Amino acid sequence: MAEIRSLRDAVAELIHDGDTVAMEGFTHLIPFAAAHEIIRQGITDLTLVRMTPDVIYDQLIGMGVARRLVFSWGGNPGVGSLHRFRDAVENGWPRPLELDEHSHAGMANRYVAGASRLPFAVLRGYRGSDLPERSSTIATVTCPFTGEELAAVAAVNPDVTVIHAQRADREGNVQLWGLVGVQKEAALAADRVLVTVEEIVEKLEPTPDAVVLPSWAVTAVAHVPDGAHPSYAAGYSVRDNEFYQAWDPISRDREAFLAWMREHVLEAS
Amino acid sequence: MNDTTNAAPGGAGSDVANGAARDWTPDELMTVNAARALQGSRTCFVGIGLPSAAANLARRTSQPDLVLIYESGTLGSKPTRLPLSIGDGELADTADAVVSVPEIFNYWLQAGRIDVGFLGAAQVDRYANINTTVIDRGPDRPEGRLPGAGGAPEIAASCRKVLMVLRHSRRNFVEKLDFVTTVGHGSGPGDRARLGLLGQGPVAVITDLGVLRPDPETAELVLTEIHPGVAVDQVVEATGWKLRVADAVGVTEPPTQAELAALRALKSGGDPRA
Repeated sequence: MAEIRSLRDAVAELIHDGDTVAMEGFTHLIPFAAAHEIIRQGITDLTLVRMTPDVIYDQLIGMGVARRLVFSWGGNPGVGSLHRFRDAVENGWPRPLELDEHSHAGMANRYVAGASRLPFAVLRGYRGSDLPERSSTIATVTCPFTGEELAAVAAVNPDVTVIHAQRADREGNVQLWGLVGVQKEAALAADRVLVTVEEIVEKLEPTPDAVVLPSWAVTAVAHVPDGAHPSYAAGYSVRDNEFYQAWDPISRDREAFLAWMREHVLEAS
Repeated sequence: MNDTTNAAPGGAGSDVANGAARDWTPDELMTVNAARALQGSRTCFVGIGLPSAAANLARRTSQPDLVLIYESGTLGSKPTRLPLSIGDGELADTADAVVSVPEIFNYWLQAGRIDVGFLGAAQVDRYANINTTVIDRGPDRPEGRLPGAGGAPEIAASCRKVLMVLRHSRRNFVEKLDFVTTVGHGSGPGDRARLGLLGQGPVAVITDLGVLRPDPETAELVLTEIHPGVAVDQVVEATGWKLRVADAVGVTEPPTQAELAALRALKSGGDPRA
């Protein structure tokens, strides 16, 4: 059963140096507050997994928290580059970053395999692409029924998956809706699951298209209103597109980035 | 498509003949023509940026029934302003259905249900293959990092056809890709079938200078249309390989006032019907 914890306690208890951590949310419901808590606690040497690293991983990478990144599209959506990600890959600043790079379809299926506790997933993918040459988690498999050669992608099973959701009840049952991305698969693929929520309610009201993660599939729930900002939580907030645009000049410059992180993350709580 | 007699009211078109400045930008020309290229398609898997602008413009002008599908899991989005990201809330709020990311890629895209995939690109070669992964900056410098594949490899593989839209320069239209992220026509005719790619692949590349289409015999991109005011030599010069030019190069219709008004309203966040 999920325990209701403070964000600080939940992060300290669930996430350790060297862990493989997936913090999912496809543009929507990105768990920024939990990432900031990881930075404040000085947890390091993480393998970070996320389809779209987004500004959340730009911040973690720029703070030197990650040694490896597993991903499929590393840009600032609608704005341009993730400059801290680029600086780490191109120049090794603040530390070198190993990459395991996929397509979205491949990553989505890696989570499906992980949630299913299968060793790999199959898809029609990567055909003719150079991507398999750079990854040890893409191979081919021959269909035993038709003989068709298909792409095989290794399962992703994070030590910890962190997601943000709209609501939980006091038992720790979690409800999220809107763009639900790959969060259910990422949560069920992980050994431990931390969910930050906008609101803790007495009773979860059924909501159209909602995903419910039962309490017994979740390790800890933390009440963190606006914990997805500058991403958003449908029904509670809208995406702060101005912040995503403002991030471009902040993150271009190492000193400007560090100053921003000091002021808004390290010295905040 | 080879004269200016259907030019927009308001004087823009009359400027075309004498080459004077007109009231649209090269990017607007590109987006308007990219939107027109969607005619006849019912369902479109939309990349963010230029493809999203074009697909939304098509829905606001000639193709009101166009079904917009975004990789964030929305089927039938009807945004009133251009989303900044593929995950803006309005895409979900206005959709016919919102599904998970594994579902959008497996059940809808991979299953071959979608008419047209609309992609941007950083680098394109003569066979409309795409690089969005890394740029080779020479032996003494580390590779330049691009965002990566996203949905493109499987969008280009599985949609019935593919449209591409990007700005025309020697930097973008290259003799040899530094990395093949996404296959267009591979190394020529028959390659898509050999690789087992379901759809017919790229059918047009729309740029700010004109339109390139694959030769049915060789699959190599050929300049088939230029935009009003653009010279063929200009396009050849902006292409990093020896660009083949069609025997009769057409000229695209100038943007109409209705197209420009709809595009500008989308970009400014307003409702063009207001």
